[in-house]
Amino acid sequence: MHMVCAITPVPTLPAAVPGPGFADPVFGAQAVFRAVMNALARPGRPAALVAGFTPPVPLTPEAAAVVLALCDHETPIWLDAPLAAVPEVAAFLRFHTGAPVVTDPAAARFALIADPMGMPDLAAFPTGTPDYPDASATLVLQVSGLADAGTDAVSLHLEGPGVKGAERIAAGPLPADLARRLAANRRLFPRGVDLILAAPGAVVGLPRSTLVREG
Amino acid sequence: MNAMVTGSEAEMPEIGYNFAYLDEQTKRMIRRAILKAIAIPGYQVPFAAREMPMPYGWGTGGVQVTAAVLGPDDVLKVIDQGADDTTNAVAIRGFFEKTARVATTTRTGEASVIQTRHRIPEQKLSEDQILVYQVPIPEPLRFLEPRETETRELHALAEYGLMHVKLYEDIARHGHIATTYAYPVEVAGRYVMDPSPIPKFDNPKMDDCPALQLFGAGREKRIYAIPPYTRVVSLDFEDHPFEVQHFAKPCAMCGARGVYLDEVILDDRGGRMFVCSDTDHCETRQAEGHHGEMWGGMLAEDAR
Repeated sequence: MHMVCAITPVPTLPAAVPGPGFADPVFGAQAVFRAVMNALARPGRPAALVAGFTPPVPLTPEAAAVVLALCDHETPIWLDAPLAAVPEVAAFLRFHTGAPVVTDPAAARFALIADPMGMPDLAAFPTGTPDYPDASATLVLQVSGLADAGTDAVSLHLEGPGVKGAERIAAGPLPADLARRLAANRRLFPRGVDLILAAPGAVVGLPRSTLVREG
Repeated sequence: MNAMVTGSEAEMPEIGYNFAYLDEQTKRMIRRAILKAIAIPGYQVPFAAREMPMPYGWGTGGVQVTAAVLGPDDVLKVIDQGADDTTNAVAIRGFFEKTARVATTTRTGEASVIQTRHRIPEQKLSEDQILVYQVPIPEPLRFLEPRETETRELHALAEYGLMHVKLYEDIARHGHIATTYAYPVEVAGRYVMDPSPIPKFDNPKMDDCPALQLFGAGREKRIYAIPPYTRVVSLDFEDHPFEVQHFAKPCAMCGARGVYLDEVILDDRGGRMFVCSDTDHCETRQAEGHHGEMWGGMLAEDAR
């Protein structure tokens, strides 16, 4: 008997297939988590982080690695204007994490910020409630450098839990009034948002518990 | 060491288990809770604790935190009341040897992750170490106020008068603060926290500790943390300052002073001895040639 086969069209791949994420999702995510955990446990001290993959620009490998390690369907992600302008970024994040990408910063659990100079006020993101201060956003800020940070760099003096004595960190580009913004965030404690600076090859944590001033 | 689980079948972990038993979504959920716990020192972060292949009360919270933190290059130590060789410690160490194939040790100095039930090791911890506590009841106010909605409110308002009343009642009744374990602490000047049922002897070790301290309560579904170099103060009164236990005699096996000792009953005629609760500390000292009053006697008895 002869089968009459209908000719089915060859499925065509979408214009841009999302590139690969972690080479090993289990150990890649674990290593990145440990870097982020160490960074938040020791504010201001850079923790080495190697992503091992290349996300679509302007998303940097380090910022992407943090999101791929920590985000899933439970964590809406907010993208700032430069990232939202490139559809491949949202497609890449959705493909690898399954996380919804939201446009309202108040609905986000994670925020990815490629241009910290133009970032919204920290209080635009969820800061938790007095009963549940953990129901708050984590902001991942892409910076181009830590020690040698160029003209738009800010220098911060840090004290508080996780800091032995005092720590000093320079990073940029960051808003010139970042210390003031972080101080306002600290005044909300235990509410507030937590910041992760994603620099080439390292992350720096600035949790809400840290006392920040310029210097 | 077991860097990758690919390769020959001999190197594969137990069939059907992800690395360190938990699935990746569970690990992400726990990891996010750990990060918030670190950002808000002493605050109890709710998390969706899973059923583990061991009963509640046997360290399911600590096991889940350890599983979320652990990597292939970690060296794990597990202690139960200071001992590496008790049932709980042996079972949990075996669990991670089987499901994560990580290296394990009994030496405090060699471990990168130490899971503990009810003790902090005597040896000072380093910056490269993580101490994971098993916590039965994370809420320090629970026996004073049974309603979760109320205790949550009390934490939100930093209203800890109840706890001071409890400690005051100790003084009124006994003449001193009679709380000897799970002694409440204030973390980073904000949250009052249950340090888990460690003896109050260990409380000072939590203050300004170079290591990261993570707490997991499985049945109660809470994770909390003390970042390194954080101020941890045991609650007290000006006229009744916090004090740790003192022991009349040194360890009977290694002669150590200023360590926490366990009482061991030797016979049915009132014979007893006090030995280090931290078995690694005691064995290390004995190997270094330190001996207590019973050391020779034990050897002579072994010889018989």
